[in-house]
Amino acid sequence: AFYHAKQYAPVYFMCAQIQMERMVISMQDPDMGIKLRNQRLLITVIPHAMTGADIVEWLIKKCSISDEEALHIGQIFVKYGYIYPLKEPRNLILKVDDSPYRFQMPYYWMSTRWPASELDYAIYLAKKNIRKQGELIEYEKECYNALHKRINHTWDFVVMQAREQLRASKQRRKADRIVLKCQEQAYWLVNRPPVSAELYKLITLTKNTLYLLKRTLTITLCEGLTRLCVCVCSYVKYCEQYQPHDPIMQGCLPSIPWITDDIMFWNMNFAVPTKLRVERWSFSFMELLNDPMGRKEFLTYLKKEFSAENLCFWQACEDVRHGETSKIPEKVDEVYKQFLTPGASRWVNIDSKTMEKTLEGLKRPHRFVLDDAQMHIYFLMKKDSYPRYLKSDLYKNLFARAIVPQETKKSVFPFMRRQRHSSPSPALATQAAEDDGKAKNSNSFKSNSGTASRR
Amino acid sequence: MIFRETSQNINIYKNMCYFICYYSIHILNSFFLLRLSPSKHSSPPRISCFLLEMAAQEVASQPSDTLATLKTESETLKTKLEEERAKLHDVELHQVAEKTEALGQFVMKTRRTLKGHGNKVLCMDWCKDKRRIVSSSQDGKVIVWDAFTTNKEHAVTMPCTWVMACAYAPSGCAVACGGLDNKCSVYPLSLDKNENLAAKKKSVAMHTNYLSACCFTNSDMQILTSSGDGTCALWDVESGQMLQSFHGHAADVLCLDLAPSETGNTFVSGGCDKKACVWDMRTGQCAQSFETHESDINSVRYYPSGDAFASGSDDATVSLFPSCIFFKWRLLFGGYNDYTINVWDVLKGTRVSILFGHENRVSTLRVSPDGTAFCSGSWDHTLRIWA
Repeated sequence: AFYHAKQYAPVYFMCAQIQMERMVISMQDPDMGIKLRNQRLLITVIPHAMTGADIVEWLIKKCSISDEEALHIGQIFVKYGYIYPLKEPRNLILKVDDSPYRFQMPYYWMSTRWPASELDYAIYLAKKNIRKQGELIEYEKECYNALHKRINHTWDFVVMQAREQLRASKQRRKADRIVLKCQEQAYWLVNRPPVSAELYKLITLTKNTLYLLKRTLTITLCEGLTRLCVCVCSYVKYCEQYQPHDPIMQGCLPSIPWITDDIMFWNMNFAVPTKLRVERWSFSFMELLNDPMGRKEFLTYLKKEFSAENLCFWQACEDVRHGETSKIPEKVDEVYKQFLTPGASRWVNIDSKTMEKTLEGLKRPHRFVLDDAQMHIYFLMKKDSYPRYLKSDLYKNLFARAIVPQETKKSVFPFMRRQRHSSPSPALATQAAEDDGKAKNSNSFKSNSGTASRR
Repeated sequence: MIFRETSQNINIYKNMCYFICYYSIHILNSFFLLRLSPSKHSSPPRISCFLLEMAAQEVASQPSDTLATLKTESETLKTKLEEERAKLHDVELHQVAEKTEALGQFVMKTRRTLKGHGNKVLCMDWCKDKRRIVSSSQDGKVIVWDAFTTNKEHAVTMPCTWVMACAYAPSGCAVACGGLDNKCSVYPLSLDKNENLAAKKKSVAMHTNYLSACCFTNSDMQILTSSGDGTCALWDVESGQMLQSFHGHAADVLCLDLAPSETGNTFVSGGCDKKACVWDMRTGQCAQSFETHESDINSVRYYPSGDAFASGSDDATVSLFPSCIFFKWRLLFGGYNDYTINVWDVLKGTRVSILFGHENRVSTLRVSPDGTAFCSGSWDHTLRIWA
C-alpha cells in the first residue's frame, strides 16, 4: 500500500505537511499550547523547553485521543524533526517522562529547507570533524569521505564556512550553543538518517552503478542513434543505387523472360556486357568479384600492374575455405609453395605479423588458417587496386563498348506465345567441363566443383 | 519498424549495447526489493494518522541517499530507455527516405504455374542459372523443375513425409533436402534420366529432431542446417562430418539466413523460443541475440546490405501474419495465411501490391537470383512464378 500511494505522495505530502505544521504551531501557542519552561540539562539551563510527558498530555487533551495514540503522534513529530530531544540528541524518539524536548526552528522545517543540499551537509560534517576529532560516527565518516571526493573542487569553501560558523557559535552563550547544536543535529538526523555500513555500501555501489549506467546510456544512445542513422542512411543509399538494377521495380532490357518468353536477357551477356552490368562493378568490390566477367577483367588489369598474384592468392584461399575438407592439407601446401614461401614465384606482400601468424598456423592446417592473410590481401586490393581499376582506361573503354540492349519487339500476334526454349542443365555443363578440365591445366586455382559466388 | 497498414509485425533489430543497458537496468531493479522498514508501532494507527505517517515517511525518504530514491531513479532511466526505444522505432527509414520517390503500384501476375506435387508444397529454392528450381512437399517428393518451360527435370521420393527443407547447390549439380527423417541428404543430379537419383543419395546431416531449414554456404561442399532439436550445424558434404554446431536456442529453430558480408562468416537463425541469434560460423559462438518477439519466429532474412535483418513471426494481433518473407533491395515479399502475397516498400513503409492466386496458405517464397521474378509455393500443391 505504501508504494501504491507513492504516485499520490505529492498530494498527501502537502496535506501532511500542512497538517503537521499547523499542529506544531498550535502546540507553541502561548496560551493554548504546551507550557514551556526552563529545563535543566546537566549543568546548563535550557530555556523554552518541555518534557516528553508534557507533549503527550497536551495531545491527549487537545485531540481527545488515547494514551497510545498520543504517544504515536508525538513520535511522528520527533521522527520528522519538528520536535527534537536534548538529552540523547541522536535518538529521535519520544519518551514519556521528564526528558527535555524543544521545538525545531521553522528554518529547519521540511517545507522550508527540504531537500537538504550536499554542500550544507558537507559543511555540517566538516564542523563536527573540526570541533572534535572522532566525533563522526561510522556512517558519517563514510559520507564525509564520499563528499570530499565528489565536491572536491569546493572543499576549500566548505572548510572555510565550517570554521566561520564554529567561530561565530563560540561567541554565543553555552545554552544557545547546545540548542543550536541539537537543532542542527536533529535536522541532519532526519535528512540523512544513518544506515548500517552494509546498507550504505550497497547504496553507494548502486548509486555509482546508476551513474555509470547513465553515462554509458547517453553515450550508447547517441552511438546507437548515430549507428542507426548510419545504418538507415546507408540502406537508403543502397536502395537508390540498386533500383535501376532491379527488374521487378524497373523492368529490364530487352525484357523480362518470364513475361515475354524471350530469354535474350539471360543469353546476351556472354560476349559483350551490358552497361548496367559494368556499372554494377563500381558499386562495391564484392560486386566486381562476384561477377566472373568482372573478376576476369580485374585480373587483366592487375596483370598490367604486376600484382595479379594478389587476386590469385585470394581465389586460392576461397577455394580452401569452401572446398572439400579432405583436400585442405594439400591445397594449403600448394598455396604456401606458390604464394607464401620467400622467393616464391608469386609471392604476396603480407605484413610480417600476419605472415608469422599464418606460418605458425600452417603447421596444423585447417579450413580457416589462411583467413587473416586472405583478409589482408582482400583489403589491400579493395583500398588500392580496385579504385584505380575503376579510374583506368581498361574499365572506361569497356563501359563505353558495353551495350544497352534493345527492347524485345512485341510479337505481331500478341496472343501467340513464343516458344519456350529449354536450356542445358548446369549439371551437364559441369560434367563436360570436368571431362576436359583434366586436360586443361589452368594456372590459377579455378575449381569447377562449385566455388560459386553467393549472390 | 512497424508497418502501419496492418498489424503485421516485422521488426528490425539494431545495436546490441542498447539491449545490454536495458537488461542491466532490469537486473538492478530486482535488487531494489529491499524497502525501508517502517518503524514499529505499539498500536494500530487510525486512518488519519496512517495517512499522515505514510506521507511523512514518503517525504522523509526523498533525500538522495536512500534505496527508494535510487529505485525511482532507475525507474526513470528505464522509462527514458523505453521512450528512446520507441523513438528509434519511429524515427528511421520513413524520415530518412522522405526524399526517395514512392513506387507506383505495379502489376505482377502469375507467369507460370507448376503443377505436379501431390500434396502441400513446403519449401523451394532457385538454382543459380535463374530458371531452375527445386521444391519439396508433404508427400515426400522433391522435384527439380525448369520453371521457364515448366518441365520437370528430376524427381526424388524421400523415405519420409514432410520434407520441410530443400536447397539447390550453387553449382547446380545437386540438391539437398530433409524433414521428418531428421537428416539432410544431398542428391547429385544425374543427367541419365533412367538413373534412380535415390541410389546416389548422400546423408550429410544428422539431427535428433526434424530438419527445418538447410542451405548451402558458398560452395557445394558445406551445408548449414537448422533443426527442431534446437541446434544449427555446419556439415562437410563430402565426409558427412559436422564442422561446427551452434547451441543457444531453447526451442526448435525454424529458419536461418546467411549474411551477405565480405567475410561471409555469419548467419542468423530464428526459433520457437522467440529469439533470433546471429552466429559466427568459425567459432560456433552466438555473437548477438535478440528477443523482442512475442511468438515463434517463422522466417528471418538479412537486408542486402548485411547490417540488419528482418523477421516475421506469429505475434501480430490480427489474423494476418506472414509465414514466409523475402527481401530484395527495397521490396519485402510476405506470404500469408490468407492465401495472398503482400509486397511492401521498405523505405516508405507502404504496401505496393497484393497478389492473389493461390488457393491455400503460402508456405514459401523466394526471388530469383537475378531478380526478374519470384516463386511462391503453397499448400494448394502448386508453385507459381510471378513477374
